[in-house]
Amino acid sequence: MTVAALDLPIAAPKSSSRAGIATVLLLPIALVNAIGFLLPVLNLAKMSFNEALAGGGIGEAFTTANWTGLLQDQFYLELLVNSVTVSLGITIATLLASYPIALYLHRASGMWRTFLTVLVISPLMTSAVVRTYGWIALLAEQGPVANVIAAMGFQPPRMMFNTTGVVIGLTEILMPYMILSLMAGFGRLDPKIEEAAQTLGATPFKTFWRIVLPLTLPGIALGCLLCFVLAISSFITPKLMGGGRVFLLATEIYDQAIVTLNWPLAATLSMLVLIIFGLALAVYSRVLQMIDQG
Amino acid sequence: MADNPTSWSMRVIVGLLFLFLLAPVLLVFPISFSGDDVLAFPPNSWSLRWYEELVGNSVLMSAFLTSIGLAVVVTALSLIIAVPASYAIVRLKVTGSEFLFNLFTAPLLLPTIVLGLAILIIFASMGLLATFTGLVIGHLVITLPYALRVLSVSLGNLNLACEEAASTLGARPLVVFLRITLPMMASGIVAATALCFLVSFDEVVITLFLTGPRITTLPVELFHHVESQADPLVASASVLLILMTLAVVVTVDRTMGLTKAFIK
Repeated sequence: MTVAALDLPIAAPKSSSRAGIATVLLLPIALVNAIGFLLPVLNLAKMSFNEALAGGGIGEAFTTANWTGLLQDQFYLELLVNSVTVSLGITIATLLASYPIALYLHRASGMWRTFLTVLVISPLMTSAVVRTYGWIALLAEQGPVANVIAAMGFQPPRMMFNTTGVVIGLTEILMPYMILSLMAGFGRLDPKIEEAAQTLGATPFKTFWRIVLPLTLPGIALGCLLCFVLAISSFITPKLMGGGRVFLLATEIYDQAIVTLNWPLAATLSMLVLIIFGLALAVYSRVLQMIDQG
Repeated sequence: MADNPTSWSMRVIVGLLFLFLLAPVLLVFPISFSGDDVLAFPPNSWSLRWYEELVGNSVLMSAFLTSIGLAVVVTALSLIIAVPASYAIVRLKVTGSEFLFNLFTAPLLLPTIVLGLAILIIFASMGLLATFTGLVIGHLVITLPYALRVLSVSLGNLNLACEEAASTLGARPLVVFLRITLPMMASGIVAATALCFLVSFDEVVITLFLTGPRITTLPVELFHHVESQADPLVASASVLLILMTLAVVVTVDRTMGLTKAFIK
């Protein structure tokens, strides 16, 4: 990713030891990056090929046992399929819940638009723990949502400590990211085009289907990529709302690392998450190509 | 948009979706004034007892102080490290500066659960687990990319004329930087400060891997509390967290206008 600012013309200092000065200035950040990022991540990749010994020990010998074991274990295959399915479900739910808001914000103007945009961003500044806690209160067995459903004459479903709760909570938590991505992609949407379609006799539905939706596809693709990778790697909400009954990749990584102390397995699962990230990115660029070619 | 009025059905849908988006955060406020023993909404009675519990809870209070101290140290270090780095990358533009920029902001691309585990394993061998130093380094890994990004954009947007004039008039590079460049970067520095503080203060996942019984932060303690029991204590603590965030945002807004600081 490049920053436009980097391409500005630069006034070159007279000193010929520019590289020397730069090295000194960059040394601290390079040090933190090396100790806190490069070294740990490379070590993690290496550890996924180390043997897990009894009692939390780690064998130094190279082995592909973690990987082959993972791919042959029914539990982990289900975990993988489950994580991807749930994350895709969350992505679609987030898109459906966010699209109307983004479209409305795109058409709003002035102070009203600023106010609503601040409302959209404000949950981002609130800790995921706090928002998940709010959902636990909302979805509890005798909670407000269950009461409303009961008042309408239905039997309230169980919404806590199962996948339903995790999907509802994560959908809400990811909505700001989706709304902002959609709005960033709505730039091509000119009200004049919609007016033209309607003047020419298109119904509102047809205008949406043939004009609005195709023009907003790049924003949709970006938002879906972002929400999918955030959903599949999210930990706080599935851990707290799943109550130990919902098994997803991220919660399993934590349990293996902290509870079972099987670091090589946790490392292998982490690498699996990164591979899924790579695949999601590949799908995204393929989708963008298809959109470009119409 | 007078000639394209939004239909009523659309407004109702958008209103309901906004309610969905904001409900969990808004709910925390009434629950924090609950008089009940357990988490329930609406509360059966009202009181300030959970605020009293919060202030009287030594674990949460010391975690809160740790969080503040940590955020202050991390923010200060982030600026001290990222300001020179952004100068080197944007102004000195050495070979490979674009690669370095990408490398230094790369930690943000990794999921925090993976990054947290990776740091845990390395820190365990260095004896940095459950230490203040370990937490500072762990947080720097994710605050530095934000700081570097914001400061680089801010530096790149500056007009070079003032700096060139000062140089022409004989000021040494360091003097030019301290007297001209740094003051002109003020809005970027304020934005980076607020961002680093909030990111550090709210960080849970990486911190979860690096804390222990000896040292813990408020978000991590709240996570453990929600995990083990459901009472309104977390609501009053959440209100505290939200007010902290609001204070930072309002301070930034008062200093320079939020839009100016963040959207530039």
